[in-house]
Amino acid sequence: MIILQNLLVRAFYGIILLAAVLVLNFSMMHMAPGDVADTISQSMGGADKEILDQIRADYGLDRPFLVQLGSYIGNVLSFDLGFSYFYNRPVTELILQRLPATLLLVFTAQTLALIIGVVLGVISARRPNGLTSHFVTLLALFGYSAPVFWTGILLLIGFSLNVQWFPVAGMRDVTISGNFWVHFVDVARHLVLPVITLGSIFLALYSRLCRATMLEVLGSDYIRTAKAKGLHDRDVVYKHALKNSLSPVITLAGLQFSAVISGAVLVEAVFSWPGLGTLAFQSIIARDTPTILGILFFSALVVIVGNLLTDLILRLIDPRIGAK
Amino acid sequence: MADAEQQITQDIIAARHPFLEAWQMFRQNHAAMTALVVLSLIVLGAIFGPMLYPIDPFEMVWAPFSPPGVDGFILGTDYLGRDLLAAIIHGARVSILIGLSAAFVSVFIGVSIGAVAGFYRGWVEEVLMRITEFFQVLPTLLFSMVIVALFGSSLMMITFSIGVVSWTAVARITRSEYLRIRELEYVMASRASGSTDAKLIFKVILPNALPPIIVQAALMVGSAILFEAGLSFLGLTDPNVVSWGQVIGSNRQYILDASYTVTIPGIAIFVTVLCISLVGDGLNDALNPKLRQR
Repeated sequence: MIILQNLLVRAFYGIILLAAVLVLNFSMMHMAPGDVADTISQSMGGADKEILDQIRADYGLDRPFLVQLGSYIGNVLSFDLGFSYFYNRPVTELILQRLPATLLLVFTAQTLALIIGVVLGVISARRPNGLTSHFVTLLALFGYSAPVFWTGILLLIGFSLNVQWFPVAGMRDVTISGNFWVHFVDVARHLVLPVITLGSIFLALYSRLCRATMLEVLGSDYIRTAKAKGLHDRDVVYKHALKNSLSPVITLAGLQFSAVISGAVLVEAVFSWPGLGTLAFQSIIARDTPTILGILFFSALVVIVGNLLTDLILRLIDPRIGAK
Repeated sequence: MADAEQQITQDIIAARHPFLEAWQMFRQNHAAMTALVVLSLIVLGAIFGPMLYPIDPFEMVWAPFSPPGVDGFILGTDYLGRDLLAAIIHGARVSILIGLSAAFVSVFIGVSIGAVAGFYRGWVEEVLMRITEFFQVLPTLLFSMVIVALFGSSLMMITFSIGVVSWTAVARITRSEYLRIRELEYVMASRASGSTDAKLIFKVILPNALPPIIVQAALMVGSAILFEAGLSFLGLTDPNVVSWGQVIGSNRQYILDASYTVTIPGIAIFVTVLCISLVGDGLNDALNPKLRQR
């Protein structure tokens, strides 16, 4: 019950944050030079002031700022983020079509980075001077310093061009036909390099933190008690210690969602992954403001939902949180 | 007993300015010192390089895709036959300049917000921290792309857009330092003797809050360089200047013909950021008194 109640409070808070994103979006659109009327007149090849005023009146751009803001928020509440003049389609439709690809990339990279990061962290905590431990340190240095798009291109050169193990670009091969599993394997093959590129940065982050917390937990009294009871070493590490060293790592992972999406934008650009990042990139080149702002809104939504999920997982594995 | 007293006297004699002490710590860290030397060379190259190697990075000087070392071009030429070494040297200026100034912007915003929040507490802190959380929800790169797309891609705007989206970590660190230090006795004493809030914030508390902020600022320079590289890789950059990320972005279609046009600028970014983060680690060890005893 308490979990549910807390979740509702957090969800309410998330909605307020989203409303703030809308206000920010609208203010930026308002402050930026040029408006919809300019865009439309440009596509018509220029227009005089009378026609511009007419367009502004049609789109309600001559109304006071707060009235326009109100109607913008009202529209978003009815899932209307505006119309893309570049793609000639509603922005919501455009984004919903691209969202699954980004979600697949982001959540696969996050989950794998978290699982492998914890495993590496535990192994290197058990042998602080072992090979895995040094590997984690090196990976962390590389992950922090190498530009993610460059890593992606290097992997592309290595494993798609020199050795043709993985496809060069996109999410699926249109020439392939077959049942669900054939398509599943196809998408998975396309997913490998983008996920390695994106996940390696966060893998380094999580494994380093997991090693640090694990070392701390392994030095605590209750672990000594568990060992003194004669429990098997593996049981002590994986059943007693791991539970307590997990929550900082999961908290960190929750905080990284917005960074993962930022990284995904670059990774999508490298691998032509048909997600929100590629859409953002294309619409920025096309100066398609409604689409860009819609993507910013949706990415904030993904971050907030990601944070809620992290919160839920944390409460499930650690009952002390929120017990007061 | 006598030994202990003697030791204390020696310690007092040896005590110097805390930053001098930190420098001595830093000097013993071989990795950080090597990184500092390499970094200084890179910065010197960025400042004086264009004078010593005055080839215009935009000019087509030779046949396209001439590999490194052939025809007298040390790093070869790109897809338009432009000298890659010139692009690396001129690009260093832009990358490092934007890295430094964007880090300055974000440290300035972060320290201001964090200091006020931590010093005043109460509803001020509540409001400022909510604003910080709000900025953490927006994916930084997307947010910055939106700013550049809407308001233009001059160097100023790119710097501003990087700084304005990446100050949240600095604000959090500064706030927690202020929360801790404001309760210390020396601050109470200064308050009791009638110091104004401004004096407490800038003169009394700030010097003691600086060490973690300096470390974070150093790391911010590295991440700002990566950030700028990402933006210019996507083509969101001032078209009149060369930067490392932009060289990668404009050459990446040709990786089949000439992979070095992508690998070399990437190495430049990688080495620079690696050195900055090693120096940052060294600063952290030198400035963090808790780690000193270990």
